[in-house]
Amino acid sequence: MEITFRLNGDNISITTGPTTTLLDWLREDRGLTGTKEGCNEGDCGACTVMVTDQDGPRALNACILFLPQLHGKAVRTVEGIAAPCGALHPVQEAMVEHHGSQCGFCTPGFIVSMATDHLTGSTDHDTTLAGNLCRCTGYAPIIRAAQASETAPVPDHMRDAPPSSFQKNLGGAQRGQSPHALPATSDELASWALENPEGTIVAGATDVGLWVTKHHADLGPVAFLHACQDLKEIENTGDAITLGAAVTISRAMEVLPYRELHEMFRRYGSTQVRNAATIGGNIANGSPIGDSSPPLIALDATLHLRLGETRRTLPLEDFFLDYGKQDRAPGEFVEAVTVPKRPDRLRVYKLSKRADQDISAVCGAFYVPVEDGIATAPRIAFGGMAGTPKRARAAEAAIDGEPWTLDTVARALPALAEDFQPLSDMRASATYRLKTAQNMLLRAVMADEGAELSVAGIRA
Amino acid sequence: MNVAKPLPHDAARLHVTGAARYTDDVPIPAGTLHLAFGLSSIARGRIAGMDLASVRAAPGVIDVLTAEDLPAANDVSPSNHDEPLLSDGAVHYRGQPLFAVVAENHLAARYAATLGDIAYREETPILTVDDALAAGSRFEDGPRIYTKGDVDTALTTAPHRLQGRLILGGQEHFYLEGQSALAVPGDDGDMVVHCSTQHPTEIQHKVAEALGVPFALVRVEVRRMGGGFGGKESQGNALAVACAIAAARLGRACKMRYDRDDDMIITGKRHDFRIDYDVGFDEDGRLLGVDFTHHVRCGWAMDLSLPVADRAMLHADNAYHLPTARITSHRLKTNTQSATAFRGFGGPQGMVGIERVVDHVAHHLSLDPLRVRQVNFYASAAAVPGTARVEAADASGGPPGEVQSTKKTGPREISQEALANPTTRGATGGVRDEGHEERGGQTTPYGMVVTDSVIAEMVEALAERADYAARREAVRAWNAANPILKKGIALTPVKFGISFTLTHLNQAGALVHVYSDGSIHLNHGGTEMGQGLFQKVAQVAADRFGVAVEAVRITATDTAKVPNTSATAASSGSDLNGMAVKIACDTIRERMAEHLAQLYQVKPADVVFAAGRVRAGSDDIAFGEAAALCYSARVSLSATGFYKTPDIEWDRIKGKGRPFFYFAYGASVSEVVVDTLTGENRILRTDIIHDAGRSLNPALDRGQVEGAFVQGAGWLTMEELVWDDKGALKTHAPSTYKIPAVADRPEVFNVSLWDGENAADTIYKSKAVGEPPFMHGISVFLALSDALGQGAAYPALDAPATPERLLNTWLRCS
Repeated sequence: MEITFRLNGDNISITTGPTTTLLDWLREDRGLTGTKEGCNEGDCGACTVMVTDQDGPRALNACILFLPQLHGKAVRTVEGIAAPCGALHPVQEAMVEHHGSQCGFCTPGFIVSMATDHLTGSTDHDTTLAGNLCRCTGYAPIIRAAQASETAPVPDHMRDAPPSSFQKNLGGAQRGQSPHALPATSDELASWALENPEGTIVAGATDVGLWVTKHHADLGPVAFLHACQDLKEIENTGDAITLGAAVTISRAMEVLPYRELHEMFRRYGSTQVRNAATIGGNIANGSPIGDSSPPLIALDATLHLRLGETRRTLPLEDFFLDYGKQDRAPGEFVEAVTVPKRPDRLRVYKLSKRADQDISAVCGAFYVPVEDGIATAPRIAFGGMAGTPKRARAAEAAIDGEPWTLDTVARALPALAEDFQPLSDMRASATYRLKTAQNMLLRAVMADEGAELSVAGIRA
Repeated sequence: MNVAKPLPHDAARLHVTGAARYTDDVPIPAGTLHLAFGLSSIARGRIAGMDLASVRAAPGVIDVLTAEDLPAANDVSPSNHDEPLLSDGAVHYRGQPLFAVVAENHLAARYAATLGDIAYREETPILTVDDALAAGSRFEDGPRIYTKGDVDTALTTAPHRLQGRLILGGQEHFYLEGQSALAVPGDDGDMVVHCSTQHPTEIQHKVAEALGVPFALVRVEVRRMGGGFGGKESQGNALAVACAIAAARLGRACKMRYDRDDDMIITGKRHDFRIDYDVGFDEDGRLLGVDFTHHVRCGWAMDLSLPVADRAMLHADNAYHLPTARITSHRLKTNTQSATAFRGFGGPQGMVGIERVVDHVAHHLSLDPLRVRQVNFYASAAAVPGTARVEAADASGGPPGEVQSTKKTGPREISQEALANPTTRGATGGVRDEGHEERGGQTTPYGMVVTDSVIAEMVEALAERADYAARREAVRAWNAANPILKKGIALTPVKFGISFTLTHLNQAGALVHVYSDGSIHLNHGGTEMGQGLFQKVAQVAADRFGVAVEAVRITATDTAKVPNTSATAASSGSDLNGMAVKIACDTIRERMAEHLAQLYQVKPADVVFAAGRVRAGSDDIAFGEAAALCYSARVSLSATGFYKTPDIEWDRIKGKGRPFFYFAYGASVSEVVVDTLTGENRILRTDIIHDAGRSLNPALDRGQVEGAFVQGAGWLTMEELVWDDKGALKTHAPSTYKIPAVADRPEVFNVSLWDGENAADTIYKSKAVGEPPFMHGISVFLALSDALGQGAAYPALDAPATPERLLNTWLRCS
């Protein structure tokens, strides 16, 4: 594929295959070895680069970023963070001053994440740096450096713009020459998908990237979604919000009006992952441990699917048929998801070995309307408890129409064992999963009684 | 004065700009080839057949090597010659390299390496401690046993006695830079190897043996590593050797780096332990006898497991004087990755054992664990024989026969004098034979007299600074008011022995050149893995010549410059190499002083090197000018330095001697909160005081303390290695193996260095700091236990204390 982007301020036009990663290209073709390979799966952040497009600058992991995803964007690597004259960026100065590097291998990734935050004005460092692992420093000096540089002016060279000729139409050009596509609209995508029913649709590549970097997969024909502006649209009507499939998790967490959903998304992947991963991708890949589906099922979200010119909708929970099997025909793709706007009674509990940037052992979501003290039409969904994200229908039935009290919930707990027979794996045992799922239900009712229930809220 | 300045890491500017080069960043010669290993998919058995046709036919593949293709030794073991580079037919663990692919690029090599068609005769793997005990699968003929006094009598006559068991998981190093190597063939059999290793000399040896050439034909260079933590002491051998063999065979440079999953599947980790204990004690919690049994899962090859298991035994006392003790250590051979060095080298496991014992004793007696710790601490340096406080030492711990009388003396109080005078005094140690062990001061279970302890004073100071007593009460009050969330707090000490226990390794060399412009070229045998060794040693060199540290050019570790080096390990880097560099610098300085004294008609002792100048009487010239004058007068401006640690001797079979030159001390207190619905938890606050002696660089030392603490806390909390029942490691990437992330550091994190100097004669009276602070993480583990253990039942928490393990423990004891 022929693509054009900016690299540290310079225009680059290259021909590339669909699955060459930015990291490999930087290191092996460009000799820019400042960007490091730490894990090759988007978990450590050593390869963090800053990518700017019409939505602004954001940090991304270069190891699972395919070059075509950069078409029409601007990339800044650690080599482009200091000024062209060599003057260090304020975050670089602060990292030296505060002894924020030891072995230095994670440092380029930290520098790029920190410089991106500095540019956007973000100061929630514990959240934005959760995707950058450091094994030497214990993080304290890095945070001191990030805080010390917060108020320094942004150097001019950091304000990247995408190549101007790409502002309007990014797609189309590749059709006819190659099976791979950069469709500019969902219509183009729909016709490509009809022609290539066994092809692979790449949105953020935070999952598909690993098929390539870890499993050496041949993706077949590939369509990259980032030029499909209509798939990034967010429609906010009176009673619902419809998110295009290519809306990133970062964007979704800004617009969905549920406090605990926001907090769960804050712990979903990392900044770099949320900036790439899309809501459509998280649903479409059907993972039993994808974190967006349980809360969206609890909120009674509707999925929009498209096959050519044919569109259909279904309740989100009906999309997941079995482990690895979704209700999606060849050539059909997820176009959008509609999330009802309801009073914010959503409870979402994400349980993992590490609080931040970890895949859930169990993710529980509870939407329990209470009328005159009676639980009415509750919706409860879990991830990590079955081969798919799944509603707890027996538990819902045990609660529905009953007083919303600890007693009711205690009586409903055995029903969860009817709903779920979870597996044991490296994240958690089946016993623990079931026990904590039950305890999450207890927590949901206790939360309404005002108890302090989150370790995140406690201070020494 | 350059020493003691909080200068940044020498490469800090390179780190932050991405300009610091690691092995994989070194520009490669044209035509460089890339390697990957094909790995076994079973844990134990024999290879029945290996069909590599698909591997050879894969795109980009140039060559495929099996054991039969190797020119000489098929061995990458650092110890026992039991670790073939490529399987010789036997499969010992899942992930063992069977063949090596050489391809045109990294991805082609990795892909081809997955295509081997291997037939096995599978055998039942030995995976667990119990499997290994049942099968008699072990290293050495039987357990090692160190004893002090009559522990059996002490246990049977003690007023109280408890038994227990503690499981401690292993730990993946997770150096951010994976293993990597580049071998470049030279003229006439020469081989240059660039690699990420803590032990260039061993790489040199293993490469030479594998090529069948003398050591002198192989040169190994290491500028820096992206983290080591012990994981690059021996685990890089395979890559360097494979690359060198392929480079020699094909006449082209060869390069290899493990993908992260391969790195975690192939390489060794921290040893996991099962520790059984039996302890006798009195009403005050004073330990009268402790009997430990260590079951150490060593994995399939010996690697460094014997000294690791030894060091665990040597730290079974931590900071506590044990009147009688027995430590039995079983070194078990299992069909898993060969466990290896990891920061602390067994010491942490030994120390968690005794900390658990003390905690259990305190719970049993309903005493504050801090109180129990304090009554058992080794006597203070200010109170040992040979100093003013002979009586205090005698009163604080008698020989086993006097246990009854010691009980009557009551809890030992910290002397006001000791508090007022925290610096250490007197000699730091010696060896006592068992019959006289208590007369000359308190001895460790291995017969070394502890004369440099500052632990009592440090703990007193920390408890006060961190407001321990009031916060412990506040935690209890908070818990009474909160049914679901529970807080816990714990204060734990550290005493860590400094020196390689294999005594001959305690040597180091340096090479220093002063050029005629006054610039200084510094080289020594230590390697830089992020710890700041190069900067500390450069500060020493700059100080000796009285120049700014910028005048000292730090250069890559190179086996051709300083030969026969020891690994940069055992926290010894700055102790050993700092001294060697000082000696080299002083040799040159003395030569310069002698010449300049002659020239300016003063005594050599009156030639002063300071502030970039050299003063000789009334003459005052720039250092560069002095160098030029010496050069013109044909004075040699190059010197080697050699240092060996004095006064140490150790018999690891008997378990007697003085293995350590001195001890490093520290203490930490952590407060945590645990959710009893899920086991989720957080560290709320940690305070640490750590003893780095007269720090060579307080900023770098503080960095070591902060980083080691978080790494230690990670080991005992979220970092969990999981193998399935076939021996497959299921946690082989950061997606499944979780090291602490940024928000896992304590929300309040106060770290300070103890204001004291090393009583031993070390470089500028500093102390080693790489490993000792790792054990501050134990305070987090015991704080979590405290949060769960405020009822009648002792939690007996195992590690790692994942949310699941915490919840299960809570359900068991609440």
